[in-house]
Amino acid sequence: MKPFRYDAVMVGCSLGGLRALRAILQPLPADYPLPVIVVSHIGPDGQGLLAELLDEDCAMSVVEVEDKAPVVPGIIHVAPGGYHLLIEGDRTFSLSVDAKVRNVRPAIDVLFESAVDTYGGRLVGVVLTGANDDGAQGLKAIREAGGFGIVQDPATAEAATMPKAAFALAGADRVLALEDIALVLQSVIHPEPTP
Amino acid sequence: MPAKNEDIEVHLFIEALKLRYGYDFSQYARASLKRRVLGLRQVFGCEYVSQLLPRLLHDPAFLPQVISQLSVPVSEMFRDPAVFLALRRQVLPLLRSYPTINIWQAGCAHGEEVYSLAILFQEEGLYERCRIYATDINDVALTKAEEGVFAEADVRAYAKNHHHAGGVGSLLDHFHIAYGFAKADDRLKRNIVFAHHNLVSDGVFCEVNLILCRNVLIYFGRDLQGRVLRLFRDSLMRGGFLCLGSKESLGFDGILDNFRVIDQNAKLFQLTSLAGAGS
Repeated sequence: MKPFRYDAVMVGCSLGGLRALRAILQPLPADYPLPVIVVSHIGPDGQGLLAELLDEDCAMSVVEVEDKAPVVPGIIHVAPGGYHLLIEGDRTFSLSVDAKVRNVRPAIDVLFESAVDTYGGRLVGVVLTGANDDGAQGLKAIREAGGFGIVQDPATAEAATMPKAAFALAGADRVLALEDIALVLQSVIHPEPTP
Repeated sequence: MPAKNEDIEVHLFIEALKLRYGYDFSQYARASLKRRVLGLRQVFGCEYVSQLLPRLLHDPAFLPQVISQLSVPVSEMFRDPAVFLALRRQVLPLLRSYPTINIWQAGCAHGEEVYSLAILFQEEGLYERCRIYATDINDVALTKAEEGVFAEADVRAYAKNHHHAGGVGSLLDHFHIAYGFAKADDRLKRNIVFAHHNLVSDGVFCEVNLILCRNVLIYFGRDLQGRVLRLFRDSLMRGGFLCLGSKESLGFDGILDNFRVIDQNAKLFQLTSLAGAGS
């Protein structure tokens, strides 16, 4: 029996994302037992910087994904700018420069949907602040597979469009302010209750 | 857990391509390939991928359209300008001593990269000695690449990349602008050979000084990546250069042992020893 109910945490954000990512990832302990995978819509020039900035602030290690790298528990993996990020069946990453989806690359939907193919419902999906509707389809896929969906409370988001769109299409198991998302991410790692 | 219908259909489609036409996509990175196969539904207006099977099997004229969609050529000129700057400063000076310079650009798609190379070598006064082989499995894209016609607005947007790549003068000087299109000057095409080549199944066809293959390997699974990297190694002359995409890696199957890193950020490598025994 697996000790945890979930195998990975997927996070998507856009406009205002850096502040939001800091708020939810900073409190996670260095030995957080799940991999955290982040897609943020930032231009190709700013993305390596995003991993660096987060790495300074977080107890967990933060790395920018390289092609074919394995998904590693306890690491925050950040999508490189200009590439879609996908997860393969053997729990390694792959990248693509296919056409933009919802006018962005990396797209949150691409990551979330490919993650569902590998992890099924053993996923936590988080959609944060942003100014477009990327992430809604992906969160829907996660929730339909039985995963746990968290949406940032649009009233607390720097840009409300993305969390609103995600909630409208996918619904959510929790709609929360950033500090509460950080708490829930820590509570979902509690071992599954034995029946 | 039984397989999802979607996955069964993708599997059948890939099998059919292989059995009917010998195009083997089975070793591609599955997640991105699946997205592209499922994307065929929208392109060809059907609800299920399996509805495309009869056409795939019985209408050979359908094949190039399918290949064209599955190899999705998205690029830009002088993409990642720092890479072209590294080529200009660190590689071209070393190639200057060769009377002829052979270059292989693998996966040329619509030609953005191969024309960038041609411009780079022209600006450095080396184009006369170059022969550039630009290859792809996508015949539709190859035809378009050979035409060398781009949207004027795109080329104008690429001008910034060109400038950051140490470009001399204006990128637009290499194109004829008319009616919103930019056509590559014929002088740029003179030493380019466009050819069909499949990295999955075809072998060494030339010995070259430089191989440029960026953002192609990301579409392949690890085993296939290894095959292709060995193919590149075997196609390079000693001291030749290999340039990969900025998130791609040479670091497995011991292939890295044959190379030294020239520029890690630009993913620029130099072949220092030929294939060892048994590899």
